Amino acid sequence: MFWNTKLECMPKEDLRSLQYRELKSLVNNLYSFNKFYHDRMKAQNVHPDDICSLSDASKLPFMYKQDLRDNYPTGMFTASNSEVVRYHVSSGTTGKPTLVGYTRNDLEYWTEALARSLTSVGIGNNDTMQISYGYGLFTGGLGLHYGAERVGATVLPAGTGSTERQIELIKDLDVTAIACTPSYLVHMGGVAKKMGIDFRRDTSLRKAVLGAEPWSESMRNHIESEMGIKAYDIYGTSEMAGPMFTECEERNGVHMAGDIVYCEIIDPDTGENLESGQKGELVVTMLKKEAMPMIRYRIRDITSIDEEECACGRTSPRISRISGRSDDMLIIRGINVFPSQIEYTLMQIPQLAGHYMIIVTREGALDRMVVQVEIKEDAFSDKVEDMNRLRAYVETQLKKYLNIAAEVELKAPGELPRFEGKAKRVVDKRVI
Amino acid sequence: MMSDDGLITQLSIFVNNEPGRLAYIASVLKDCGINMHAFNLAESADFGILRAVVDDPEGSYSKLKAKGIIVKKTEVIGVLIEDTPGALFKAADVFGKAGINIEYGYAYSGKKASVFYIRVSDPGKAVEVLRQNGVRIMSSGEIRWGI
Repeated sequence: MFWNTKLECMPKEDLRSLQYRELKSLVNNLYSFNKFYHDRMKAQNVHPDDICSLSDASKLPFMYKQDLRDNYPTGMFTASNSEVVRYHVSSGTTGKPTLVGYTRNDLEYWTEALARSLTSVGIGNNDTMQISYGYGLFTGGLGLHYGAERVGATVLPAGTGSTERQIELIKDLDVTAIACTPSYLVHMGGVAKKMGIDFRRDTSLRKAVLGAEPWSESMRNHIESEMGIKAYDIYGTSEMAGPMFTECEERNGVHMAGDIVYCEIIDPDTGENLESGQKGELVVTMLKKEAMPMIRYRIRDITSIDEEECACGRTSPRISRISGRSDDMLIIRGINVFPSQIEYTLMQIPQLAGHYMIIVTREGALDRMVVQVEIKEDAFSDKVEDMNRLRAYVETQLKKYLNIAAEVELKAPGELPRFEGKAKRVVDKRVI
Repeated sequence: MMSDDGLITQLSIFVNNEPGRLAYIASVLKDCGINMHAFNLAESADFGILRAVVDDPEGSYSKLKAKGIIVKKTEVIGVLIEDTPGALFKAADVFGKAGINIEYGYAYSGKKASVFYIRVSDPGKAVEVLRQNGVRIMSSGEIRWGI
């Protein structure tokens, strides 16, 4: 089943010339009208005339997350306020968030991408789909919501939390498909068991579109054998629009719709392009983006591209499972966390000495993050109550900046490891 | 170091809640030749606070600091309690009536008498009230003599 057969199954050569035409006009436009990208092209000594083929994209300068921060809030926008119809916000690394904006057309191709993706995994107008991603500033909830509505599914905008109630609704409303993080689905499985509910026996839930955090084939096998739910990987970041692209029924990599995004793989250290099939850092150029163009944006996810035509008939390139990051970003319960955010938060607290460690574990299905901090000598009180109050304060501040709960452990000065050279403050013990 | 203000300097030591940490602190106390008369361990999930009444609080404090131990001095009161039923009630009743709040306390039971070491919100006032009511309190000199 295809949502847009013409574009999804377009012959490879036609697709590449379409990508080239889109790229060329994008670069022409930005060079003429966007000061940021104009300056960046100038700095790299590249002119729109140098782009004579799709592979010439490699001559163009990169864009980085730092660019979004430096130009917060709307410095990167190429659309006026009257054209921008929505914002989404993700937490930043130094207390400042990153903002992404959407024109009506931006929302349109985002929704179109999701309609194609959901159709490719067999979700359509006979399905009832529960969206258990966060609604609001996070892109997951609203993105999937409109995508599922577009294919005609009956949408249940459950959001996050109230797990028991969510399970009741899955049962009562004959929910057939769900979108959430893989760890949340596994968590639901555990809660359902305690409630005496067996997903396979007592519900109609048979398909799950899972993403926003790394997961593995063993988690997929677990979900399928324990819960009887077929699980599909979804990929996308807020800089692209949000979650956009999924695996098809073949489940052999995520289809990156070629008319929407042009993907490259580079060596994260040298920035050089790698051959198809080689593992490296994903770089995306969003071909239709209006409010906030993304040219050769360095996502920092490590993957490889498969250009072979898929057995499903779609011609778009597929990316393999994300196997890591080329930076130190952590994904905790689906939320992106940079150690620098934690550091920034801790530095604002005068009772702390500046040394810290971040310990991440997975207990059951859910991630647990412990932040160990050293207190300053004069912050030590011999009343447990005072110390507990300090710990609670640090936890509140972290929650405020990270949007995620972290447990804090107070340590005496000198207790935490010291590093010569590059500090290794993150210990990630998760087995995914 | 005799004084009659009725206050005893207690040392409070921060102990990380990890296996072997208390043993480490104990070994430092040993190396510094610090003799404890009474101690108490208050704990939370991630750390503990070792509170101790020692021979020579000032000297011990400097030695521990030099060893990099997080230590703090706090004034406590040593209430001498006869080894008979109702003795604790007598002392506690005085505090209750005088409106003095006990933040924490711990007891030491010696050969001749028992001592209830307490930390209160207003130590000076507490000493005064206790004395007015005929409750015996320990002077810091008495620690050295042993009780």
